[in-house]
Amino acid sequence: MTATDQLLFQGADWDFRTLQKICDTCEQVACDELGLNVYPNQIEVITAEQMLDAYSSVGMPLFYKHWSFGKHFAFQEASYRKGLMGLAYEIVINSSPCISYLMEENTATMQTLVIAHAAFGHNHFFKNNYLFKQWTDADGILDYLEFAKRYVAHCEDRHGRQAVEHTLDAAHALMSHGIDRYPGKKSLDLRAEEKRAGRRRAHEEAAFNDLWRTVPGGKVKSSAILDVERRRQMLGLPQENLLYFLEKTAPRLRPWQRELLRIVRHIAQYFYPQSQTKVMNEGTATYVHYRIMSRLHQQGRLTDGNFLEFLQSHTNVVFQPEFDDPRYSGFNPYALGFAMMQDIERIVTDPDAEDREWFPDIAGKGDAMAVLRDIWANYRDESFISQFMSPRLMRHFRLFHLHDDPEERAGILVDAIHNERGYRRLRRELARQYDVGFIDPNIEVVDVDLAGDRRLMLRHTVVKGAQLTETDTKRVLQHLADLWSYDVSLVESDASGTVLKEYVAHPRNISVAA
Amino acid sequence: MAIHIVDRRLNPGSKSLENRQRFLRRAKALVQGAVKKSSQERDIKDVLEGGEVSVPIDGMDEPRFRREGGTRDMVLPGNKKFVEGDMLPRPNQSGGKGRGAGEGDSEDTFRFVLSRDEFVDLFLDDLELPDLAKRKLAEVECEGIRRAGYSTSGSPANISVSRTVSRALARRVALRRPRPEELAALEAELEDCSEARRVELLAEIEALKAKIKRIPFIDPIDIRYRRFETVPKPVAQAVMFCLMDVSGSMTEHMKDLAKRFYMLLYVFLKRRYRHVEIVFIRHTDRAEEVDEQTFFYGPASGGTLVSSALQAMHDIVRTRFRPEDWNIYAAQASDGDNSYADGEVASRLLTDKILPVSQFFAYLEVGQENGLSYEMPNSALWTLYEGLRANGAPLSMRKVNERSEIFPVFHDLFQRRSQQERTAS
Repeated sequence: MTATDQLLFQGADWDFRTLQKICDTCEQVACDELGLNVYPNQIEVITAEQMLDAYSSVGMPLFYKHWSFGKHFAFQEASYRKGLMGLAYEIVINSSPCISYLMEENTATMQTLVIAHAAFGHNHFFKNNYLFKQWTDADGILDYLEFAKRYVAHCEDRHGRQAVEHTLDAAHALMSHGIDRYPGKKSLDLRAEEKRAGRRRAHEEAAFNDLWRTVPGGKVKSSAILDVERRRQMLGLPQENLLYFLEKTAPRLRPWQRELLRIVRHIAQYFYPQSQTKVMNEGTATYVHYRIMSRLHQQGRLTDGNFLEFLQSHTNVVFQPEFDDPRYSGFNPYALGFAMMQDIERIVTDPDAEDREWFPDIAGKGDAMAVLRDIWANYRDESFISQFMSPRLMRHFRLFHLHDDPEERAGILVDAIHNERGYRRLRRELARQYDVGFIDPNIEVVDVDLAGDRRLMLRHTVVKGAQLTETDTKRVLQHLADLWSYDVSLVESDASGTVLKEYVAHPRNISVAA
Repeated sequence: MAIHIVDRRLNPGSKSLENRQRFLRRAKALVQGAVKKSSQERDIKDVLEGGEVSVPIDGMDEPRFRREGGTRDMVLPGNKKFVEGDMLPRPNQSGGKGRGAGEGDSEDTFRFVLSRDEFVDLFLDDLELPDLAKRKLAEVECEGIRRAGYSTSGSPANISVSRTVSRALARRVALRRPRPEELAALEAELEDCSEARRVELLAEIEALKAKIKRIPFIDPIDIRYRRFETVPKPVAQAVMFCLMDVSGSMTEHMKDLAKRFYMLLYVFLKRRYRHVEIVFIRHTDRAEEVDEQTFFYGPASGGTLVSSALQAMHDIVRTRFRPEDWNIYAAQASDGDNSYADGEVASRLLTDKILPVSQFFAYLEVGQENGLSYEMPNSALWTLYEGLRANGAPLSMRKVNERSEIFPVFHDLFQRRSQQERTAS
């Protein structure tokens, strides 16, 4: 075989035969050499416009209709046209089969990179990471989205677009508070979920008998009799999953409104692992594409020119501007993740004394892929950083920790830098920035005044003095009150229980009229 | 494991179209404001182009619980000189480093592009368009002829030779009509051959000849005629005359009303005809043809002679737009003042020269802002036109004070026109 026979492709052009060849070759490297374990792959080639479409509905191929997706589309299209934003090279969906979208404009090298990155890197991560295993249902998601789309359309036909839009707006506003943070007894099974919704609807229709409305009821036990503790227990209080609470207990919601809340909640839950694993997920995909591309070059399947083209894109992706660079906007998850994965590979294969002291479990173990596969499966961003950020990497990034206390007149304190005294503190603080428990405000339903005016009471536990922004909070509470149909109050209090601020929202009668 | 590769490029795009429309509906008030603003700055012809509008994003954002303030801790990359315990001066609130500082109000408006249809719809909507589909313009049509496939009957002049020949060929092939070469070959063989073969050959030749006779080269069933059908065809071009009084009494508000009316008329005609010309004529006591800019914004003042504009229009029609080829529309905007002596001249010009060749003549009397149209005393021009209309001239007239009245008036004018036509015919 001559050298040219080995090449996957030449130049920048590709066709579907080339793609197939690229996939097969990448698969050999990924599965046989790196030992990755992936869902079946489905590669879809799409145009730039379709990519924008997919963008605007959180990357999902089918989604229910809602104006905010149109807004995102208009927004993204505008910035794309102005050249402010390039399109992502790829979108990948956590489903089985794992669907990766490639843009037709990409060169052959880029297609190879994207396939290695998405179809093997992300795919492996989706299939093996514990959070995804626990929280997402890759087999069911596409069917469930199809169901959600049909269901929303069905509701629009039956109850009017306005009413549906209003419910969805309210649900979207509470989306980040529609998540169970701790694994329950059963994992998500979206197929069963869809069947259940259908059955319940059918049952309601079959069992509907208007006569029941006229049957005189017995004497209702006064809720005041139930003691406070018991009542709170029955309502499942305190409850931080606001959407779940409303779905189950909001007194005046129609069944279809409850189902809509449920759909939004399931989708929020589905995306929950993604938000906790940005660094790891992108790091994994980047590390995997880097390994695969290097191997292909080594095997003589990529020309030097193509490999240089790849390196250029790769370098752009993992570029981390420093804090005083105008381009700086926080940590680049690709850069951080990739650097940590590479560092782990080094620690495993070629450790120095410092590494042996810091990482006795993995230093010098020899099999980098085995260690990485284990890490990919069992960590999320916060635990990953707090376990595997090495002093060498902190020096490499020249990390430092700032503590900004508004009370402190003198300015902002440099609390730790990349030195012996600072490593552990730096690592802890950085990990904290990725702790979801810390990122979202801690808001819970604490009680319902059942004896009185049925007011729903919420509490925001203020951490480090950060209070809710007023305008947004009022608007979210308005949505909440509309769903609850009675007054809603929110109290902000600090750890000592001192009340800092109180909001009250009254329901508009829109949702009731619907 | 087989990897599935799918080409989705041919899938219908614009999946977001419906979401986009929902967004526009939702943001209608905001977008409409933007469209209104941008159409004020636009030329009439540009209204159809669609275009960029900016919408304040804070009217459209989706609220979430968010926090701000408090003590903040951040880990940053790129330390060059700091050591533990350093106090950094706090940057000014605006130039704050770190995450989130100044975020949120960075994008307070965003611009996006409306398609031509979206723009026109919103533009017309601004004028309180009740329902576009109900509009009915007395459309002038003429019969056109177009090809409509082939038929088995027709006049000999319309025989389609190529179609006929190709059908014949297909039939000959299908029925295995012997080709002339086969016959020639046999006959050549006949020239010198053995006796026994000769008999055989003669029989074959005979058979071939019979077959050739049976299967004609062209059969009547092969013949196809080109078919034509007559279709009503809209006349392809229209010209619109914008006549405006620009004497000192016309305020900016009045001109704006007129401009909106002209825009509407233009959009309306443009949707109906392939080609629309606009002629701008402004007049004081003398008329001139001008460009759009001068028409609406040029300073001019003087007395008023409406007939001058009518005369100018008549001259232009005569030299440039033959009434046989062009649909002629005119819209005149004025505050209604005219010199008394001019009435007679204008009336004659209209009745004898202009109205007979025009499809439609609209007269728009524009009034002061906040005025009430029904309280306006009848002006000189109004009285004159009313007299003409009473005599059956195809002329429509309305008074307008407010921007919001433009569309209803427009709608009215065209309704009226079609009714008149119906009664006339």
